[in-house]
Amino acid sequence: MNIQQISVFLENKPGRLANVALILKENKINVRALTIADTSDFGILRMIVNKPEQANEVLKKAGFTVKLNTVIAVEISDREGIFYDIMSLCDKNDLNIEYTYSFVEQHSNMAILFLRFENGDKAIDVLTKNGYKLLRDEEVRKI
Amino acid sequence: MIWNREFETLSRKRLAQLQTKRLQSLVRKAYNGNPFYRGKMDAAGVKPTHIKDISDIVKLPFITKAEMRDVYPYGLLSCDVNNIAEIHTSSGTTGKPVVDAYTKKDLEIWSEVMARTLASGGTTAKDRVQNAYGYGLFTGGLGVHYGARKIGAMVIPISGGNTKRQLQIMHDFGTTVLACTPSYSLYIAEAGKEEKIDFSKLPLRSGFFGAEPWSENMRKEIEEKLHLKAFDIYGLTEIIGPGVAAECERQDLLHVYEDHFFPEIIDPGTGEALPDGEKGELVITTLSKEGTPVVRYRTRDITYLDHSKCGCGRTSVRMHRILGRTDDMLIIRGVNVFPSQIEEVLLRMEGVEPQYQLVVERRDNLDYLEVQVEVSDAIFSDEIKNLERREKQMEKELHEALLIHAKVKLVEPKAIARSEGKAKRIIDKRVL
Repeated sequence: MNIQQISVFLENKPGRLANVALILKENKINVRALTIADTSDFGILRMIVNKPEQANEVLKKAGFTVKLNTVIAVEISDREGIFYDIMSLCDKNDLNIEYTYSFVEQHSNMAILFLRFENGDKAIDVLTKNGYKLLRDEEVRKI
Repeated sequence: MIWNREFETLSRKRLAQLQTKRLQSLVRKAYNGNPFYRGKMDAAGVKPTHIKDISDIVKLPFITKAEMRDVYPYGLLSCDVNNIAEIHTSSGTTGKPVVDAYTKKDLEIWSEVMARTLASGGTTAKDRVQNAYGYGLFTGGLGVHYGARKIGAMVIPISGGNTKRQLQIMHDFGTTVLACTPSYSLYIAEAGKEEKIDFSKLPLRSGFFGAEPWSENMRKEIEEKLHLKAFDIYGLTEIIGPGVAAECERQDLLHVYEDHFFPEIIDPGTGEALPDGEKGELVITTLSKEGTPVVRYRTRDITYLDHSKCGCGRTSVRMHRILGRTDDMLIIRGVNVFPSQIEEVLLRMEGVEPQYQLVVERRDNLDYLEVQVEVSDAIFSDEIKNLERREKQMEKELHEALLIHAKVKLVEPKAIARSEGKAKRIIDKRVL
């Protein structure tokens, strides 16, 4: 139930993101969703891509510090209040969220919420027990 | 083994008496026989009669490398040029070379201190010394040569370079002692590995390495790869060449042969003397040299002194291996900061690579030091809080070591420009 996510360390300097984007383009890697977390000094670019292993390899080769890790992808209907439903469920179950970002599917009225929990296994358990659909790696890559 | 038991184990009191006597004689000769020194001492208002004790040395003016160059070629000569037996010079890569002129007696002293150096690492008359320091105007080659001859060892004067031949000779002649720069010793080790030479099967047992800064880690590497005990030796052309100080078999700090070379540690900013254990610039005076005596030479090498007694029985003061150069020193908010201190802290931290750069800025009349550290795979985390924790931890450790606050900033790998393997470590943006 864990989805592969690629994280890249970036300095807060002009052109760094463009550089990553160019490498992905040259290697025909498609970005599904992304988010950037930043401090005043540096940022971490987190991406869901169609070919995470290859992305990891080519970015490393280009000299970036890169890490493959996992997040959980929850498929939700694209409606008001759904974000609250999930957050309150997490709260009730003491699930600590490290970060989250989302992405709306083009051809359906569904959205995908990517979540990173302190305790991923427990989160999978709680979410599935409460009827949420967690996507598998292959499913996300196919989107 | 102690080569000269009488002088190397002299009581501190008798040593001070000897140093006083030698300094008085040196200052008299320099004042009376050398217009350059006379001019300097007159300008500082010091007369030879003012030197009543070795501690009066602080009254004498310093001499810098630039001054030595200004008086090239014979300006430091304090005896009749016909009494000079041999000449050596520095490489002169950064300007005119510095000249070291030796009388016959100076060469005897050089042989003596080099015999002490080699003997303190266990060299005896039975050893075969492969001397891979360059022979010629450079002091390394002949310095080691004279010392090994004095001991009565067999010298292989192969000089530097031609590594294949070094390995061949080492193997065929059964070299037991190797003398060269530490980096060249590793080069020999690598080349030997390629030639499938098993150094553990060779009779090599000691190595004397100097002429460039090296570290404890490098020592470990050299000892493991070449199967010998590696000793740090220190010297400089401006003083005599190698033979100023060397480690004994305990490999714990370098004994300074202070009956001939008097060391002081000063604050490079103020010139004030610093106590034992405090890092500063090494200043050396040649107490017994005749040809080109040197009074209070500012070496620009950073180290500290330790007067505590070494277990080996020698009574001389010891100095730490060179920690850096004053050329690299930064003064931040009045505190002396050496890149080597920062490197030491970073190397202690797990996963941190010694790839760093120091950026100094001045804002509103205050200095700010930023230490940029490259993010290695080992310390990279996908979570900001972990990276920030790393930064904070490094800042805390740096504060403890430097006593000033330094901001740590993580940067991308290879962000710090490298040229020929030597990274540019310091960017000083202060406009003073």
